[in-house]
Amino acid sequence: MRFDSLIHSVGRTPLVGLPRLSPSDEVRIWAKLEDRNPTGSIKDRPALWMIEQAEKDGLLRPGCTILEPTSGNTGISLAMSARLKGYRLICVMPENTSEERRQLLRMWGAEIISSPAAGGSNEAVRVAKGLAAEHPDWIMLYQYGNPANWRSHYESTAPEILEDLPTVTHFVAGLGTTGTLMGVGRFLRERVPGVQIVAAEPRYGELVYGLRNVDEGFIPELYDASVLTTRYSVTSADALARTRELLAAEGIFAGISTGCALHAALGMARKAVQAGERADIVFIVADGGWKYLSTGAYEGTLGEAEDRLEGQLWA
Amino acid sequence: MAIEVRIPTILRTYTDGAKAVDASGGTLEELIGDLESRHPGLRARLVDEGKLRRFVNVYLNDEDVRFLGGLGTPVADGDTVTVLPAVAGG
Repeated sequence: MRFDSLIHSVGRTPLVGLPRLSPSDEVRIWAKLEDRNPTGSIKDRPALWMIEQAEKDGLLRPGCTILEPTSGNTGISLAMSARLKGYRLICVMPENTSEERRQLLRMWGAEIISSPAAGGSNEAVRVAKGLAAEHPDWIMLYQYGNPANWRSHYESTAPEILEDLPTVTHFVAGLGTTGTLMGVGRFLRERVPGVQIVAAEPRYGELVYGLRNVDEGFIPELYDASVLTTRYSVTSADALARTRELLAAEGIFAGISTGCALHAALGMARKAVQAGERADIVFIVADGGWKYLSTGAYEGTLGEAEDRLEGQLWA
Repeated sequence: MAIEVRIPTILRTYTDGAKAVDASGGTLEELIGDLESRHPGLRARLVDEGKLRRFVNVYLNDEDVRFLGGLGTPVADGDTVTVLPAVAGG
């Protein structure tokens, strides 16, 4: 495959079967390898779509400053595009995110403003909104509310899945900005009768839920519950166990949010087997494991890894 | 046997600091009613005008009750109910 530049090589990622983790020939699980994007995560898709939309709308011109709250991958994707297109990028990032993410951001030339660990990404969003109000000339793409985020999946991720696997019955992905689930979910629901759209939401350590009161919670503006069939909360322990199982059984070295999605995918597979129904379950490998090596997720016992991950934002 | 209800940090002022408490009931609504009788004030933090509050997520055995039956979701002994505030990902 040949492309005009790195940016243009986004997407067209492989869909691979999991012969060892699939329960039977009738109930199969498939991994969409989004780590095969230019900066190594699914976020290359929404980042490119959001930047190009802002350019079309006349908001972004060379020399502009982009501001974005991000726990890492969106920032890394934006940093690569910003470098190639001549924008300055400032990322607001919770301080409890992995060192690799920070190094990668700096490497591509992004500036990082840290937000407090307590409250996780909620705080990053709050800090970024405050900065945007103080600097009206900065452009906040705002992945949580920018329709170009879900459209990137509606226009690229989802058509790729349906083309590679017309018999798809379930789609499972991690729930963060909700962009992947909203975009792929809408596309598949329009074309695949009865398709099930399943969200796997990371359940972090208590620090991340350390809000001052329940009214400080956050729901991304993009979220539309009617697109989903159901939604599971997956603990760090389950996500870690599945991340290691995927590596051991199928050789796929993925980040921890992938274990979260796989856990829900295996749950759906079990239900299909119990119901005696055929299933082709697609789940998203959002990124590879490289950025999480320093968290110790892949070493020692699961209990040790879980302790090391306590309080970290791993998705 | 009872139903274990896991309480998030910000609501533990109502449970004397307990991370998890036991309660009983046939539906989530009854369960929350039973919780209220043991831990007064908790219900108003979870429910508003007959619905779960916007930024409160409740999971029955890890599945979001909004996709099951909301406050009418049946619950049974041995189940685990987890309450969490809605937070951002990404």
